[in-house]
Amino acid sequence: MEFAELIKTPRADNVVLHRPFYPAVEGTLCLTGHHLIFSSRRQDNAEELWLLHSNIDSIEKRFVGSLGTIIIKCKDLRIIQLDIPGMEECLNIASSIEALSTLDSVTLMYPFFYRPMFEIVEDGWRSFLPDQEFELLSSVTDEWRLSCINKEFSVCPSYPPVVIVPKSIDDEALRKVAMFRHGSRFPVLSYYHKKNGMVMMRSSQPLTGTNGRRCKEDEKLINATLRPGKRGYIIDTRSLNVAQQARAKGGGFEQEAHYPQWRRIHKCIERFNILQESLIKLVEACNDQSHNMDRWLSKLEASNWLTHIKEILTAACLAAQCIDREGASVLVHGTEGTDSTLQVTSLAQIILDPRCRTICGFESLVVREWLQAGHPFQQRCAQSAYSNSKQKWEAPVFLLFLDCVWQILRQFPCSFEFNEQFLIMLFEHAYASQFGTFLGNNENERSKLKLSQKTMSLWSWVNRSEELSKFQNPLFEANSLVIWPSVAPQSLQLWEGVFLRWNRPSKFLDEAHEEMISIIKYNKELQAKVNALRRQLAEMETDDRMQENL
Amino acid sequence: VENVRLLDRLSSRKATLGTLYLTATHVIFVENGSETRKETWVLHSQISSIEKQATTATGCPLLIRCKNFQVIQLVIPQERDCHDIYISLIRLTRPVKYEELYCFSFNPKLDKEEREQGWKLVDLNEEYNRMGVPNNYWQISDVNRDYGVCDSYPTEVYVPKSATAHIIVGSSKFRSRRRFPALSYYCKDNNASICRSSQPLSGFSARCLEDEQMLQAIRKANPGSNFLYVVDTRPKLNAMANRAAGKGYENEDNYSNIKFQFIGIENIHVMRNSLQKMLEVCELKSPSMSDFLWGLENSGWLKHIKAIMDASIFIAKAVAEEGVSVLVHCSDGWDRTAQVCSVASLLLDPYYRTMKGFMVLIEKDWVSFGHKFNHRYGNLDGDPKEISPVIDQFIECVWQLMEQFPCAFEFNERFLIHIQHHIYSCQFGNFLCNSQKERRELKIQERTYSLWAHLWKNRADYLNPLYRPDHSQTQATLRPQMAPCNFLYKFWSGMYNRFEKGLHPRQSVTDYLMAVKEETQQLEEELEVLRERLANLQKSQLNDNKVETKQQDRSKQFGLSASNNSLANTPQEYSNDLKSFPSRSPSQGDEEDSALILTQDNLKSSDPDLSANSDQESGVEDLSCRSPSGGGCLPSEDSGKDSDEAVFVAV
Repeated sequence: MEFAELIKTPRADNVVLHRPFYPAVEGTLCLTGHHLIFSSRRQDNAEELWLLHSNIDSIEKRFVGSLGTIIIKCKDLRIIQLDIPGMEECLNIASSIEALSTLDSVTLMYPFFYRPMFEIVEDGWRSFLPDQEFELLSSVTDEWRLSCINKEFSVCPSYPPVVIVPKSIDDEALRKVAMFRHGSRFPVLSYYHKKNGMVMMRSSQPLTGTNGRRCKEDEKLINATLRPGKRGYIIDTRSLNVAQQARAKGGGFEQEAHYPQWRRIHKCIERFNILQESLIKLVEACNDQSHNMDRWLSKLEASNWLTHIKEILTAACLAAQCIDREGASVLVHGTEGTDSTLQVTSLAQIILDPRCRTICGFESLVVREWLQAGHPFQQRCAQSAYSNSKQKWEAPVFLLFLDCVWQILRQFPCSFEFNEQFLIMLFEHAYASQFGTFLGNNENERSKLKLSQKTMSLWSWVNRSEELSKFQNPLFEANSLVIWPSVAPQSLQLWEGVFLRWNRPSKFLDEAHEEMISIIKYNKELQAKVNALRRQLAEMETDDRMQENL
Repeated sequence: VENVRLLDRLSSRKATLGTLYLTATHVIFVENGSETRKETWVLHSQISSIEKQATTATGCPLLIRCKNFQVIQLVIPQERDCHDIYISLIRLTRPVKYEELYCFSFNPKLDKEEREQGWKLVDLNEEYNRMGVPNNYWQISDVNRDYGVCDSYPTEVYVPKSATAHIIVGSSKFRSRRRFPALSYYCKDNNASICRSSQPLSGFSARCLEDEQMLQAIRKANPGSNFLYVVDTRPKLNAMANRAAGKGYENEDNYSNIKFQFIGIENIHVMRNSLQKMLEVCELKSPSMSDFLWGLENSGWLKHIKAIMDASIFIAKAVAEEGVSVLVHCSDGWDRTAQVCSVASLLLDPYYRTMKGFMVLIEKDWVSFGHKFNHRYGNLDGDPKEISPVIDQFIECVWQLMEQFPCAFEFNERFLIHIQHHIYSCQFGNFLCNSQKERRELKIQERTYSLWAHLWKNRADYLNPLYRPDHSQTQATLRPQMAPCNFLYKFWSGMYNRFEKGLHPRQSVTDYLMAVKEETQQLEEELEVLRERLANLQKSQLNDNKVETKQQDRSKQFGLSASNNSLANTPQEYSNDLKSFPSRSPSQGDEEDSALILTQDNLKSSDPDLSANSDQESGVEDLSCRSPSGGGCLPSEDSGKDSDEAVFVAV
């Protein structure tokens, strides 16, 4: 298919662009295969807006006489309005945008066409390999092994080719365990807590069904992670009710009788469409300009977004608490183990592991616990808050995770190497990107699409010093402690950087940020100067002393 | 009383055992713990209510709520002791005479001269001069010299030059409590001004020529504009109801060239109830997100804050952008009017956003114009219906602005919190009584100390590191977003959950940046010393051999002293490795820092309530008590099988 077929009117003049907090600008609108480009003709202040079609969540058209208006709502929550003279042009452009922003084929997406304009220092596709992770692990413990059982994605389609499992469990046993777990997602290592050797594992629900099936290998596998005489915790991210209902569909949960060394805790985290609806309501509330103070608070409340944040953080804190405070190992799962499970395991690591609070460590966490762990990004992020799709796959699971990270960052502003911008950037790229990183639903699909050969990795771009400097937190000071966030309602806030980003003037906050950077920069410069002078003085003094001795 | 248990409000299972002391001025709880013996001091004047709850097996619970939003829950073993304490506290917290208040016994060990200096720190005459009055349009009037016209006004009032004593007195007779229009803020760039008064006694049709002339005079004092805004800060309905009582609002037909405007801010009773409701939400043991947001909305508190802001923004706009003068009033002109005038001044004039300027602002718009501190904040036992968080709302408005304009204020959140604390503490004389007249009669300045001097002495603690006098935000008029941006107004947990440390960010950006700035200053000094030494050394090396030896001796001596000096300045050897730098984040548990913080705390401990830095690890407790980590979600089949774990999950 040629993109040209979809573009009936490639260009329109005298288009007026409206955005909140900016004066309207007149200019030319161009459509290409992947972008909507608006350039103002003003000589003094030429301005260009490039918008990826894949970033467009929904489009509305309106007509007043022959003047057409297109309202474009983006996945990054921005809303822009374009006034296009001429009914036909307007209709053509609207239908082109509609078609181009809803291409079904992944291989037509921009990452397959994007040619980087920067020098690649390090190939991001090779930056975070499981072998490296395992090497780190082997330096502290020899109780685990790297299994290639899923090499051809033959055992579990949503797992990566290699996984870390207890050494004492052989591949044969793993195969049996896979049969006993939903989607074959058998328990694998998620995190090893160096401080006390406790671990966090994740999996999907066991397929106990109504007649209480059991699987000895499964029991053996997870028991292998326990120290003698110790007990562990299973955190089920569903309510007891939901878990019980799951038995009717062949799923279920670990029976007390078969897992006597484990204590099960149910922490309900909502799923799929409930989260998607929550996002839609929240963004609606943020965009609603008409209401008064009372309406705003009740709409914020009715969206339940912060309730979800609180639930997820609480479950993650509980997991971290079990590991660090109780000295117990933990297994986390929900139903499939691809959504709420990953929220819990990745947030727990941020709480426990200082490495995950660095830029590189956080990227590695996203790769391990989200991309390789098989969070279906393509399904979940197909649409954002302005969608009205009837499909049930979309859900802001990853955005909720980022929001939770932001909440912790806000409570510990000096303990993270990255800043809010970094999290926002990841949000944007998860929904629309020139990079291939978030394409596909799991490693299996990614390898079939040959993403690592055909597209550029987000990490190749981010991890260059030019880009990194934008994402560094000037206040960062390595903090080796476990950080325990508060989950009280008073401590949780709306993430304005994402949800009010386009609806509030940010000038004064940006200025404050700049001021912060310049205070710290000046301090560092002085340190360097003082150090240099001290060295110089020391040298001169030794010279003197030598002369004296002569 | 011994063996009293102090309960942690957020988890009833956690309690500390200690001894409770009652003194003439404080309730003191001393922990039994051998090492720390942590003390909790509460001033009697801070206590807003005491509640004796039903006796339980463990003892008799006593709930003490404070005006600074601290809530203390005690369990006293003996019912009789509890009753005695209750009775004593009831008496102690309801003084009937000013002389019983703490400020008359509080002695910070300053001599007479220092005390007088302290009272001179804020000088309103100086402030009016700074604004640019008296001038061609405005003059000081001595009509109220002996409080003869209005006993709740100051003796010195600025009025338009064309307003004669006759006009002022005439106008005062037509205003509630004779609070005639007087200057609050004058903008010297465009002659526009903010004036304040109480409501006119217009009833349904009454007029007063002098009052009309007074408003005319105010308008004429601003030659650039041909009309005057009259802003009534009450809801229209309230103002209309007042007409039946012979009060009311200005009729545009009777006054030439005024534009009349209602901006509805609710009255003190609504505000008192609103705060009460919000505090109930803050006190919930482990609220869900919905409980909290719903309760916050239901309290209406933020709506009221926004109403005050909207009125202030309207006035600031009129003055700065339209160049039009504004007369502001409500009913008596000492609550809503004070709020709105002071917030508008703060928006307009960067001076009020400095530490000193903020003190001046409170003195000007609140203290001198007869805001009834005693009645509103219940310093003496009085009518509970007079109590209302009027100045608390003003302080919150300032905080909301600080959130929106982080570089615009010289002071930080702590400054606001401490001022709020001392408005209720009665430790200093500034906020005693209901008017200047009463304060003079009591000889406050001779018998008590000024809060401003105390704050000024500790000003390093109150600095906003992001403030820079030459920053654009610092200099300009602040123009906050108006109508649709409700989300700009946020719940202030730093104030209303002030004593629940676990709820607040565990690391303070402000403290961190202040430490960096302090270190920067030390580095600057060291750099100077090093440069000097280097210059000396280079000089000495240029000299010829014979002299050199002598010179070297000298320079070495100097060098030695210099390096000693620098050692004293900076605790560690500098190296290229930044890691070895003294780590600065206050909440990090490094040895050095905790020491540093301890000393800071000691410094501040003159205020008994000052924040201790929270321990990061303590978050565990907060988490476990606030998140229903087991409780409701506990699978029934598992519960209680293992006592050890049951405890953990239920924690």
